[in-house]
Amino acid sequence: MALRMWASSTANALKLSSSASKSHLLPAFSISRCFSSVLEGLKYATSHEWVKHDGSVATVGITDHAQDHLGEVVFVELPEEKSSVSKEKNFGAVESVKATSEILSPISGEVIEVNTKLTDSPGLINSSPYEDGWMIKVKPSNPAELETLMGPKEYTKFCEEEDAAH
Amino acid sequence: MRGGSLWQLGQSITRRLAQSDKKPLSPRRYFASGADLKKTALYDFHVAHGGKMVPFAGWSMPIQYKDSIIDSTVNCRVNGSLFDVAHMCGLSLKGKDCVPFLETLVVADVAGLAPGTGSLTVFTNEKGGAIDDSVITKVTDEHIYLVVNAGCRDKDLAHIEEHMKAFKSKGGDVSWHIHDERSLLALQGPLAAPVLQHLTKEDLSKLYFGQFQILDINGSTCFLTRTGYTGEDGFEISVPSEHAVDLAKAILEKSEGKVRLTGLGARDSLRLEAGLCLYGNDMEQHITPVEAGLTWAIGKRRRADGGFLGADVILKQLQDGPTIRRVGFFSSGPPARSHSEVHDENGNKIGEITSGGFSPNLKKNVAMGYVKSGQHKNGTKVKILVRGKPYEGNITKMPFVATKYYKPS
Repeated sequence: MALRMWASSTANALKLSSSASKSHLLPAFSISRCFSSVLEGLKYATSHEWVKHDGSVATVGITDHAQDHLGEVVFVELPEEKSSVSKEKNFGAVESVKATSEILSPISGEVIEVNTKLTDSPGLINSSPYEDGWMIKVKPSNPAELETLMGPKEYTKFCEEEDAAH
Repeated sequence: MRGGSLWQLGQSITRRLAQSDKKPLSPRRYFASGADLKKTALYDFHVAHGGKMVPFAGWSMPIQYKDSIIDSTVNCRVNGSLFDVAHMCGLSLKGKDCVPFLETLVVADVAGLAPGTGSLTVFTNEKGGAIDDSVITKVTDEHIYLVVNAGCRDKDLAHIEEHMKAFKSKGGDVSWHIHDERSLLALQGPLAAPVLQHLTKEDLSKLYFGQFQILDINGSTCFLTRTGYTGEDGFEISVPSEHAVDLAKAILEKSEGKVRLTGLGARDSLRLEAGLCLYGNDMEQHITPVEAGLTWAIGKRRRADGGFLGADVILKQLQDGPTIRRVGFFSSGPPARSHSEVHDENGNKIGEITSGGFSPNLKKNVAMGYVKSGQHKNGTKVKILVRGKPYEGNITKMPFVATKYYKPS
């Protein structure tokens, strides 16, 4: 079972949010959840995709933080098997009720499997972004690319900073 | 992920996203600092209830609360929704000549309205295009109450003021009052009437769709119109702002939690399902009410006599037929969005989508847009381009979800 790591400073924000006297410390826009889950053992891109590297296969999806900001997913557009993906290039799109977002691949390689369950159940991305909501499995062409991605702590900090800037 | 935050409904950002080469849109660009945005009387109430606040037309408004937009949209039609629409602008026109004055600016037969009744209308410009849509009510022969869109407030008020000055200079008796001291709430859905009945002594079963009353609700004098933007039975309640929070609380309590605070995200899904135009998307300065399918809103006498801005253009369109028409679409694949191209089965461009999305109540994609007259019949098969790829669709009548307006049987 994967470990879940809660961002420590956003956990503090939880304490703050229940205290009316400290309301000046809250951001101008309230967020429905003060934290998203970030898993150990995964790598993260600044565009909010995650990669799980398992020997010769890398699984890709979007993070809990991403699905939370996007809202309920109503449609997912994914590439065909055997097509190729490139690092930081668009490989599909995810649509929520109100937003459309491109999905960028964190790594380069060949698509060996696509999660066809997402056609009928795009909501899996919301309910299980790291497990049932996986999007594509890739044979990485350049495993060194993984080194350039963020680890869980870095990604958590990145999300905090991005949210605080709003 | 790239695409940024699209919480602006009906704003130009949705156009940029329809284009295939998207620039990365940082969410930061669209969030003004809290200090720049206006707040309604219910702002703190929204935040306390988990409202996700976003900028909309210069106001900080809730796009949704703790429940998802989809759940919220479904709940409105099953139980009911309470919306804060205090960002919209309510005003009263008064004076002996307020009716003929307003008739110079809108297509409605205002003189023909019975006191205490109102209608959706369109403010037109010299070319017959829409400046804004509005619900107007003749309270008495010397008092008209109207509500205009938040995004058009400055434009509409400047337009009305300019024409009012000219009208008065010719001896006309009209004045206005902008109701910034009041807040507008919308209560919609099957539970709207039963819940509201708990808060007033007046018999709401006698107030039909389009009718208006000034009455006491929950201890304050409110303007009540049986109307809405969802297709459901419901009301828009103009309450003195200092009582807005108490009224909202009372409505939610009387419904025992079934009526939920609902945000702009669900409001947009609901009005789309009801086939209602969103000014800025489905109606704009260059689109006439005839093209928009609102010929029914042009009073019969007005069709003969004109007397409103752009009447010559509109009367001609009524005679010859407009060259484009607003229609509804079902489609497969990703939801069709504003500015998606509509093609016929042979790949020729015949129109454009102006609003679209996933319908939570129908669980399919719905959209509206304009197509060339002649291609507009229900059932016409089309292809809609989303991100450069064509997807099958067909033209269908609106509303997509049947309306439930409370009318005498």
